[in-house]
Amino acid sequence: MTAVPAEAPTPGLKVLRRPKATTGLWSWVTTTDHKKIGIMYFIATMFFFVVAGLEALALRVQLALPENDFLSPDVYNQLYTMHGVTMVFFVGIPLGATFFNYIMPLQIGARDVAFPRLNAFSFWVFCAAGIFMYSGVILGGLPDGGWFNYAPLSAPVGPDVSGYTLGGGSAELANQIHTGRMLMYSVGLQIAGIATLASAVNFIVTILNLRAPGMTLMRMPVFVWMTLVVAFLLLFAIPVIGIALWQLMFEVRFGAIFFAPSGGGDPMLWEHMFWLFGHPEVYILILPAFGIISEIIPTFSRKPIFGYTAMIFAGVAIGFLGWGVWAHHMFAAGMGPVANTAFSLTTMFIAVPTGVKIFNWIGTMWGGKIRLATPMLFAVGAVAMFTIGGLSGVMHSVVPSNYQQTDTYFVVAHFHYVLFGGLVFGAIGGVYYWYPKVTGRLMNETLGKVNFWTLLVGFNITFGLMHFLGMWGMPRRIDTYYAGFGWETLNQIITGGAFLIAFSVLLLVINIAMSLKRGEAAGDDPWDARTLEWMTTSPPAHYNFREVPQVSARDELWHRKHAVSESGDYVRVPAGGSGDVVVHEDDEADIHMPDPSFFPALSAVGLPIMGWALFTGGITMVVTLAVGAVITVGALFAWAFEPSAEEGH
Amino acid sequence: MAELTTASASTESHATSLGLSNEKLGMWTLLGSECLFFGALISAYLVYYGRYNGVPEVSPALYDIPFTSVSTFVLLMSSLGMVLALSAIQRGDDRGFRIWILATAMMGTVFLSGQIYEFTVFVNEGMKLDTSPFASSFYVLTSFHGVHVTVGVLMLVTLWARSMTGRLTQTNSEVVENIGLYWHFVDIVWIVIFTAIYLIPWEQATL
Repeated sequence: MTAVPAEAPTPGLKVLRRPKATTGLWSWVTTTDHKKIGIMYFIATMFFFVVAGLEALALRVQLALPENDFLSPDVYNQLYTMHGVTMVFFVGIPLGATFFNYIMPLQIGARDVAFPRLNAFSFWVFCAAGIFMYSGVILGGLPDGGWFNYAPLSAPVGPDVSGYTLGGGSAELANQIHTGRMLMYSVGLQIAGIATLASAVNFIVTILNLRAPGMTLMRMPVFVWMTLVVAFLLLFAIPVIGIALWQLMFEVRFGAIFFAPSGGGDPMLWEHMFWLFGHPEVYILILPAFGIISEIIPTFSRKPIFGYTAMIFAGVAIGFLGWGVWAHHMFAAGMGPVANTAFSLTTMFIAVPTGVKIFNWIGTMWGGKIRLATPMLFAVGAVAMFTIGGLSGVMHSVVPSNYQQTDTYFVVAHFHYVLFGGLVFGAIGGVYYWYPKVTGRLMNETLGKVNFWTLLVGFNITFGLMHFLGMWGMPRRIDTYYAGFGWETLNQIITGGAFLIAFSVLLLVINIAMSLKRGEAAGDDPWDARTLEWMTTSPPAHYNFREVPQVSARDELWHRKHAVSESGDYVRVPAGGSGDVVVHEDDEADIHMPDPSFFPALSAVGLPIMGWALFTGGITMVVTLAVGAVITVGALFAWAFEPSAEEGH
Repeated sequence: MAELTTASASTESHATSLGLSNEKLGMWTLLGSECLFFGALISAYLVYYGRYNGVPEVSPALYDIPFTSVSTFVLLMSSLGMVLALSAIQRGDDRGFRIWILATAMMGTVFLSGQIYEFTVFVNEGMKLDTSPFASSFYVLTSFHGVHVTVGVLMLVTLWARSMTGRLTQTNSEVVENIGLYWHFVDIVWIVIFTAIYLIPWEQATL
């Protein structure tokens, strides 16, 4: 864990040589370059996005007709659970990490993150967690208790399993299968939590400690600020769910009593701990998108962001207030009128800083010279869709109204408007915006616009109509329904909308793949942007900046491109004539970069092995646990004693 | 803020924006997170205080407060050992460092032995992991702390070995300070746990 300062290499520990490859598979496995890690995060996230999307499509096919038998109830439960778990923990969180990794160090003028090997470790542990989670497919099934996995759904099945298909009527088998699934959930998410916690520490230290000269906190781009807020939220939220999962693991595997009411546990404790993590998690998911939107809108409105300071303080306020609203997920759980009222008020209150952000984005666009390029379309779309989701969120904060809406499709509509409408639209905007920086080529604009409009229409058909379904009483998480409630037509249209979303995502993937080779060459600054990442080459060299930039203003690049005329106006300086003569360029050989290492990836390997050990018992379990521990701890030791860069390199 | 200097990814010997090394700032950040880990466990223990599941014998009556007070005292004294070890290596006194770092590790080990002994006694008296929410939350909280002490002892012994082979000296002694921060945290959080578990009066009536 603790990085030991670099020192003379230890001859005795040279089991694995320092990796030398700069291309090919091993260069990616051993890389410590934040840009390569960011790209790997993106690919892995897209993979999980497609997986979770296909799960959702299967759910929609099942619901298209009343009393459909496309999916069995058991499979349906697993799929809706994994859709949620995957989208939140394996798409939402790493999608933030994707952008933080690639963009944030460039935006603060750093050459890498503070702990490059810890960064690689985060990525590989995240992959290990994903593989572990989905290994349930061959180990008795995937988690099936919903993504928030309330007790008693997580509790033992109980002696009477008649009518319950799991285990074919055998109580013993049913419990074995169920225990396995709950173990998958608790251990898999703990592994994912390790990855997230490590990256949170890394991003906080990077932002606080590796800023370029002159980059004061209040000159940082809004995106960097949002990264910092998200990292702090993760730092304090992950432990809470970590402990809840740790206790759940002891409950389902070793018979401890925590949450199962049958054993005397308290299901409310799980709910409180889950949502004490779960609500900050909502902001963990949406704030990266807010940061991306705050970069795109000023660039494409040709104006500085309106109310920068208010924007930052609103983000920080969301970070603080986000801790005081968790129980609004539990109004129907019976906490009593005092708690319900208190959380109702705090929930209404948190809409204020969010509203400040929305007004500031509109204020930024107001009077600007707006270019409706694809990134801007997605950013504006995200603001509009998020606003709708935010408004239905305020509806939920009213307790009596909440009683009516809870566990109906109205809630499903609400959180898809904030997370799909906000996070996914914002993130796709970010992909279009920064793709030229990452690859050196622009994405296809025509395809991009088709991508945006199909997604916008598909999204609104799918989730907009769910508001009505919910108001008409359709509960969420049911695997089928009878005809005659008036839900049939809407469900069919919604399924059609879901396929339109899938088609649009396919266009995005095609656009990303095709533009790699055929995209128009972008140059360093294709959007006439404002922040530091556009000052370096596209794609950036592995050391990011030949010369670490000296920052003298917020929107540093914009100020370098403009000068004050005699009449006091800003005038554009002709390209190349900006006057900032490069005084000193570091010689490439003088730039010290961390070397690649085998150990971060190796230390991640032991974690799922320890997880799988819990599925066995007795001596096998002890031995497998020991094997996993030796791999992980051994690799961590080797890592600690390996200098981050070789001497004279 | 006026002293912002060139930041670079290769960490050692480069000034940072805050003037604090990345490793030390990282350790402080991690400890902030650890507060929530222990906070969640302590909360669960307090919520389940008095939930004996119809086994009232398994209650805080089992606690041997004088015994645990002694092992607590040993653990707290290990913080002093840590301070003396750090002070020694910063002065360049390698011999003093080795003595005190080993002493600190030994005191940590004594605490761990006390915990294992305590668990054994409790299990023999019928307090098992699955007896009641009270018992579950006791074991999961104290063993989680025990794991932290174990990790700490491992790191201390590693420091000692590095010093013996001459790879840890005054010039790179910051790692001792960082591991010391961790060690002090583990001690301080035990004060909270000890107070919450052993010193809050319990009543037979809350069955």
